[in-house]
This record gives sequence, structure tokens and C-alpha cells, in this order.
Amino acid sequence: MKADRRKAMVWAYVFLVIFAAFFLTPPLYMLITSLKTNAEISAAVSPWWIFHPTLDNYIELLTASTYLTFFRNSALVSLLVVLITMAVSIPAAFALSRMRFWGSATLATGVFLTYLVPETLLFIPLFKTFVAVTDVTGIELINRWWVLVLLYPTLTVPFCTWIMIGYFASIPKELDEAALIDGAGYLQILTKIFMPVALPGIIAATIFAFTVSWAQFLYPLAFTTSIDQLVLPVGIITTLIRGDVFTWAQIMTGALLGAAPPLVIYAFLMDYYIAGLTAGATKG
Amino acid sequence: MAQVTLRRLMKKYDDTFAVRGIDLDIADKEFVVLVGPSGCGKSTTLRMIAGLEDVSEGEVLIGGEEVTDVPPKDRNIAMVFQNYALYPHMSVYENMSFGLRLKKFPRQEIARRVENAARILGISELLERKPRQLSGGQRQRVAMGRAIVRDPKVFLFDEPLSNLDAKLRVQMRTEIKKVHQKVRTTTVYVTHDQVEAMTLADRVVVMNGGLIEQIGTPAELYHSPATGFVAGFIGSPAMNLMACALEEAAGGLRLRLADVLAFPVPAERTARYRPHVGKAELLFGLRPEHIADARGPLEPNRHAFEIPVEVAEPMGMETLVYFPVQDFQVCARVSSAAGAAAGARLKLAADLNHMHLIDARSGRVL
Repeated sequence: MKADRRKAMVWAYVFLVIFAAFFLTPPLYMLITSLKTNAEISAAVSPWWIFHPTLDNYIELLTASTYLTFFRNSALVSLLVVLITMAVSIPAAFALSRMRFWGSATLATGVFLTYLVPETLLFIPLFKTFVAVTDVTGIELINRWWVLVLLYPTLTVPFCTWIMIGYFASIPKELDEAALIDGAGYLQILTKIFMPVALPGIIAATIFAFTVSWAQFLYPLAFTTSIDQLVLPVGIITTLIRGDVFTWAQIMTGALLGAAPPLVIYAFLMDYYIAGLTAGATKG
Repeated sequence: MAQVTLRRLMKKYDDTFAVRGIDLDIADKEFVVLVGPSGCGKSTTLRMIAGLEDVSEGEVLIGGEEVTDVPPKDRNIAMVFQNYALYPHMSVYENMSFGLRLKKFPRQEIARRVENAARILGISELLERKPRQLSGGQRQRVAMGRAIVRDPKVFLFDEPLSNLDAKLRVQMRTEIKKVHQKVRTTTVYVTHDQVEAMTLADRVVVMNGGLIEQIGTPAELYHSPATGFVAGFIGSPAMNLMACALEEAAGGLRLRLADVLAFPVPAERTARYRPHVGKAELLFGLRPEHIADARGPLEPNRHAFEIPVEVAEPMGMETLVYFPVQDFQVCARVSSAAGAAAGARLKLAADLNHMHLIDARSGRVL
């Protein structure tokens, strides 16, 4: 029994190490490259060793106004998208999971199905729609960073609603019944019972919404063009690839800096994410 | 004043009836237990009183007011759930005060009520704890505390002791009875455990298949069950029910249980039973406690017979003896001094003063 367990542990570690190595090699490569000069990269002596380490790439990017603009745009878009997503998907999930009404089950499935439609299929009709709206109303929707705030929720809301439905479904029904009898209305049940109890789920959804908005590439590529309207992923490739010249050092630095905010957020929210708050609600 | 009245109450799910028409009057301060096997509609009935389940037909009245379509929060009721349903992120104090805080009670009043309820339930020192730090029994007390602080018109209990172990269940049962004696709030209590029903209730409502079989005090149900179902459901071990034939005999009637086993019907019952002579599908019912070891002279209507003991279960004070009569396994409760052992032959006496005759077709006790 004990030998069996040890064997299982050894294999688990073997695969985890392979897994970690596989996924950590690219960031490591980025880090190494970002600390080199473009000259050293062109020389291509050893991709895994730095002979003349330098922070010039970081200084250059962090003092360049364009890069900071991309960063600001990305941050604003992601923050607003997270807020909109939560404001929509939490009440939606609550309604779909608890307030049984005609067609609620079909609607819940429908929400999930919309998530299955890939953005590569959606961006052309969306673009056409936006152009049409601009023609009719005169409100310029193309090449505006804030338009991304309207676009990303089409990706984040369905998925976040779906995971919140799952979380809310795990909350015992007696809990809302007890609250109903205690005199709470549906809004109070949501804010005073469901949201605190489902906090790990809300955090998971927040992380998801943030990651999707931060890393989204296709929509900003299609909908924004001016330098001052770009977000990070598109900004880096449009400004740091000049013609057929790839400034690899800056590209890697920019990508690495761009990956920092999600990392920081993961690190902070992981503990909440893991904590199981429902323990003790009912017979455990 | 908080009597609860149910009038022709029905609950229909799609095409199946969970509750088929319940009429019930519960007096102010009364402790009424709804008991029955699972699926008998007792919980659904309770949930309709609570307002957690829509009423398909009929009316619910609380304190004389019709509340059939009133939402739960406006019925002034409190409910204790089987799985406690404590709010996991709140402390015991916050759990108990949640309802009062929603109703914007003054802070001192909330504190006074919570402390009072905590004292009644002996959980004063647990007020700062979270539910996950409590044992099952403590959680159950908190759930009761949450009901008490509200000072509702009616307490509703939905199988509150089912999740506790046997010892704690007995203890909490006493506790619930004590609390009711202190606060005297009208209580409707649902359980599938007839012992709980008998020990707690002022009146017991036995339900089966969405209908009420019988309403009565525990003693009434035990001594004069109205139906075969109640006869078999109330009492532990259950009443012996076996097929029998009712025959005319010299000077009265005779109950034949087997070719070699027949008892004369007590004289005072012959007139009542005579119309049923020769009827098929009659059941003879006698509780194990009314089949005892035959020692000394037999009082009137006690009849001795000898049986081979199949199984003997010593309980300490007494021994349960099982023996076959035709296809039926019969249980008798004999004194442990009788020395019953499997395989031995034992002389027993059936006390026909306590017998029941049931028409198996209608289920009525005759």
C-alpha cells in the first residue's frame, strides 16, 4: 500500500516537472532575451546565456509614451470589462440558477452556447454592425479603445455566467429558503448570502474575465488602428515590428511586462480561490 | 393567537399529487407532528404552510388570516431545516440576528433577544463561532435559536433531528420539548420517526399517500388506530398484523389464525364484529406488548398458546421473541425471566382485550 503510494507520487512528480518545464520554458526564454542587447541577439551565440546583461530594454519601454499608452488602454479596458461582466453575470447566474421561471433552463443553455461561437466568426458581423450604428447615429465606434469595453463582454459574460451558475447551484437550496423565511428579498439573498458564500466562484470568474480581456488580440486588431487607441498585445506587434525588422529584445520585454499584471492578480487571489467557504453551511 | 388551519390543501406536480386534500386545525400553542413514510406529503404540506411551495388548491390560514398566496417573509413563521441551513459566512450571533437585522430592529433589542435565545439553548459561549466550528448538535441549536429570536407565530420543523446520531437525537428531542414548554409557540413538526412523533406531539397527524390517515393524541393513535396503516406505523416493534378468519362458534365468535390456532373474540366485541363473519381479507392486529409469557392465572380474554421460538432478542428488561404463524412472523414481548431461547418452546398468552380487526380491503379498523 505504502509502496504503491510512493510509486504514484514519483510518477506524479515526474509528470508535474515535465509539465512545469514545458510551460515555464517560454517565459524563461523571454526573460533571458529581454536582458540582452539587440546586437547580442543577432549574434546568436547562445540563446540560453547572457554575456552582456542590460536593463536598457526595460528603461526604453517604460519611458516610451506609446508603450505606457498601450498599458493604460489595456488596464482601463480590462478593469471596465471585469466590472461589466460581474455586474451582468452574477445577477444573471442567480436568476438562472434560483428563480425558476418559464424557459430558464433553455436560457441557461443558450447562454453557454453563445460562448461556443468563436470570435473569429463574430468579428466581421460585429464590425459591420458597428459601422452601421456609426452611419445611423454618427457616434464613432471604430478605432476607439472604449469600444473594446463593449466587445469583450460578449466573450466574458457567457462563460462567467456559466461558472457562476455552477457555483450557485452548489449552494444548498435551504440556505435561500431560510433567508426567504428570515425576511430577505431576492436582492438581499444575492448580496448577503450568495455573493459572500460564492466568493471563490466570483474570484475565479473575475480572474477569467481579466485574463480574457488582457490577452484579447483579434478584436483590438480589427477594431482599433491608431497608435493612441491600441492595447498591449496589438500595440507591441504593431510598434515593435518595423517592416521586416523584429526588435526581439523589446518585443520580449514588452510581452514580459505585459504578463506581469495577470501574474500579480493570480498571486493575490489564489488563496481566496482555494478557500472553500461553503464548509459548515449544512451537514458536512 | 396563532392557530394554523389547512383547508382542502392540495399540491400537484405535473400529473402527480403530492398532497391530495388536507384538512387540519392546529390550535394556538399546540405542538402538532406530521408523521408518515417518505413520499407521504408531510414535508410538502409543511412547505406549503411556510410558503416555500405554491399551493395547487385549498387554503392556508395562520392566526385566522388567509396566507395562501402571501410570501414566506410576511407569514411571521420560522423554520428549522433538516440540514440546519446556517449561513456559513456568518457567526452564530449573525446567523441568529439575520432576520431581525433585515427587519431593522434596534441593536439593543437584537442583542437582548439573541442572548435570551442563546441562554434557553445553552449556546451563549458559541455566539462568536462560525457554523463550521460547531458540532451537529450545536448547529441544530443555532438553527433553533434563529427561529426563536424572531418570536414568530408558528415554528416549523422539517425533520430537524434526522442528521444527528441516535444518542444526540434523543437528547435534542427532549431539548425541543423543553423549548416548546418555555416559549409555547404553535409548532408544526415533520418527521418520519414515529417515536419522535409520539414523544413530542400534543397531537399526531399520520399521513400516507398524500392524505391524512388519522389525527389524534399519541395515546389515541396507539390504542385506537383508525386504519391498518396507522396500526402498523405507530408503535415499535410494529403491531403484528396477520390474516385471519372470523367464524361463528358456540356462544360467540372465533378468530382463526391457523388450523391449530384460534381465539374466542371477547364477548363485548361480538356484536361489533358479527357483520364481518366469513368476510375474506380480514387482518388480526395485536401489539407485541400484548403477547406476553403466560404465567399464573389468566385474566379474562387472555389466551395461552405454545410456540416454537425462532429468534430471541434480549433487550435487557425484556426479550423480543419471534415465531411463525402461517406465513407471518409474529413478535412477542416477554419478560427476560421467561428464559426464551431460539429453538425452545414457549408458552405465551395473547391479550385479546387489545386486539384490532382490520378490513384489509378498505384499510379501516373495524
